[in-house]
Amino acid sequence: MAYLEIVGIRKTFGEVVALDEVTLSIERGEFFTLLGPSGCGKTTLLRIVAGFETPDRGSVQLEGEEITEVPPNRRNMGMVFQAYSLFPNMTAEENVEFGLRVRGWPAAERARRVAELFDLIGLSAARKRYPFQLSGGEQQRVALARALAIEPKVLLLDEPLSALDAKIRVQLREEIRAIQKRLGITTLYVTHDQEEAMAISDRVAVLSHGRIEQIGPPAEIYENPLTPFVASFVGTMNRLEGTVQDGREGLVNYRGIQLRVNAARGRDPGTRVFVFIRPEVVEVRLVGEGDGLKGRIFSQSFMGPVTRLRIALDQGGELIADIPSARAKALTMGMEVIATFPPDAAGILNI
Amino acid sequence: MVPFFAYVGAFLLLPSAAVLVGAFRDPEGHWTLRYIAAIFEGQYLRAFLNSVEISAVTALGGGIFGFLVAYAAVTGGPRWVRPALTTFSGVAANFAGVPLAFAFIATLGTTGLITQLLRSLFGLDLYAHGFTLFSFTGLSLTYLYFQLPLMILIITPAIDGMRREWWEAAANLGATDLQYWRYIGLPVLLPSLLGAMVLLFGNAFAAYATPYALTSGVVNLVTMQIGNVLQGNVLSDPQLGQALAVGMIVVISFSMSLYTFLQRRTARWLR
Repeated sequence: MAYLEIVGIRKTFGEVVALDEVTLSIERGEFFTLLGPSGCGKTTLLRIVAGFETPDRGSVQLEGEEITEVPPNRRNMGMVFQAYSLFPNMTAEENVEFGLRVRGWPAAERARRVAELFDLIGLSAARKRYPFQLSGGEQQRVALARALAIEPKVLLLDEPLSALDAKIRVQLREEIRAIQKRLGITTLYVTHDQEEAMAISDRVAVLSHGRIEQIGPPAEIYENPLTPFVASFVGTMNRLEGTVQDGREGLVNYRGIQLRVNAARGRDPGTRVFVFIRPEVVEVRLVGEGDGLKGRIFSQSFMGPVTRLRIALDQGGELIADIPSARAKALTMGMEVIATFPPDAAGILNI
Repeated sequence: MVPFFAYVGAFLLLPSAAVLVGAFRDPEGHWTLRYIAAIFEGQYLRAFLNSVEISAVTALGGGIFGFLVAYAAVTGGPRWVRPALTTFSGVAANFAGVPLAFAFIATLGTTGLITQLLRSLFGLDLYAHGFTLFSFTGLSLTYLYFQLPLMILIITPAIDGMRREWWEAAANLGATDLQYWRYIGLPVLLPSLLGAMVLLFGNAFAAYATPYALTSGVVNLVTMQIGNVLQGNVLSDPQLGQALAVGMIVVISFSMSLYTFLQRRTARWLR
């Protein structure tokens, strides 16, 4: 049995089904992320684990013990909220100390633990400041220290970076991951930001409409999405609708053009499929430099190291390609181009 | 800022200054402490004590119950309760003076509706048990009718400012409900509660029409005494009236200072 088991959870709010038969197993020390768009049920699931919501059906088990009905203050889980959750009437230090104080720790022990945690989050100089005197990033660091102070069995993070600006977000997510690894604490993280989820998680569960679409390590989710939703939600993805032409050779017919897709091997001819291609694997050449999908560039967005091209295909539909910005200089708007992709870099799903 | 200062000057500073100067001058225009000395004696001193007492009691009672009602309406119950309560409070907080006195006489007076109902249905005679609407208790009850809704109106925004995450974070860290209120809920609300209660105190302290209409001016409160000496029914003594008004300013200033002091002590964490 896994360290934290979530079994067959169903939760409704009136007519709305927030979670539908959700089952998950999280191992000890794992950094597990619930990823999905707004309203997919990820926060509801986290709140059920924390004890702030009761499921209509299903159970939560921690270290083999049933905790579905245990009140939040007896679950021994530390939680970090989106923002503004620090107690405003207490200094940073008093916030961190709070959990220990209500648990009756002796003063000397509390002081030692608090000092340790401020060292860990690198904010020792801000111990005496009130929350309003701290920046958003500092507040979230203190909130993390406060959650860690009680040595929780599970650390729960509910979009803790969503209220911060981009640069701080990246910096803090790396710090959270480093602290999690150092302490080896089992962590359940909620986010709608797929890049964030990919960057820090051991495993990710992608949720949509209260159901789990896919669970796996970030690379697997990114490279082999199992559903059209995962393919479109995690990163940018081109989706071409075609028909398997030859299952032995891996040929797919897309509006009269033959595409070589290794993943199509073994599929019955005539099967209607989606071919998924990441923009970064698309190669763009000038017309006359080989065969492929022919089209015209209708949009160019500079994104730093890469430039994103949108190509209107002659067969209809469009294709997105991320190419090195240095190469993109030779390509201009309206130019006719040929787009190709390596046969082993495309995914496929039956329609 | 000019309109603001013009307004404050015309309606606060000038009248206050006139009252202050008037309290220290006799009808012939000579400076004297006679009137100020008089307010520390006999019925005038008693009037101050009565006014402070009734104001403190109704500020505390209205404050505590008003807070509990507002908290219940904001945090629980059906959705329609809150707007209904706010609308009612808006009306009730301004329902004072002669109409309020009449309403209470009609319900809790010697021949009031509730008095008669209790007598005929349960054989309970309120007045035989020592209750009278025209006593300190009766007057306090009448004051509470506008004090309680005023508290609801003032404290509701402060309760709205309490974040659900604070309770959840506290519970998550192992705190009981009692510990949450002791360490977070009450300390966070205390400055607002104190401020609201000071306002309630001032509201009751300055009430004139309600006690006058209810007791025909018989109850010994500072505002009644000022009315008496200005109207000249018994004796006309405007200087004494001004001295009494100065006393009221001092009491209100003292309560405001106390509030500021307590607020600084309890809300070091506010911006």
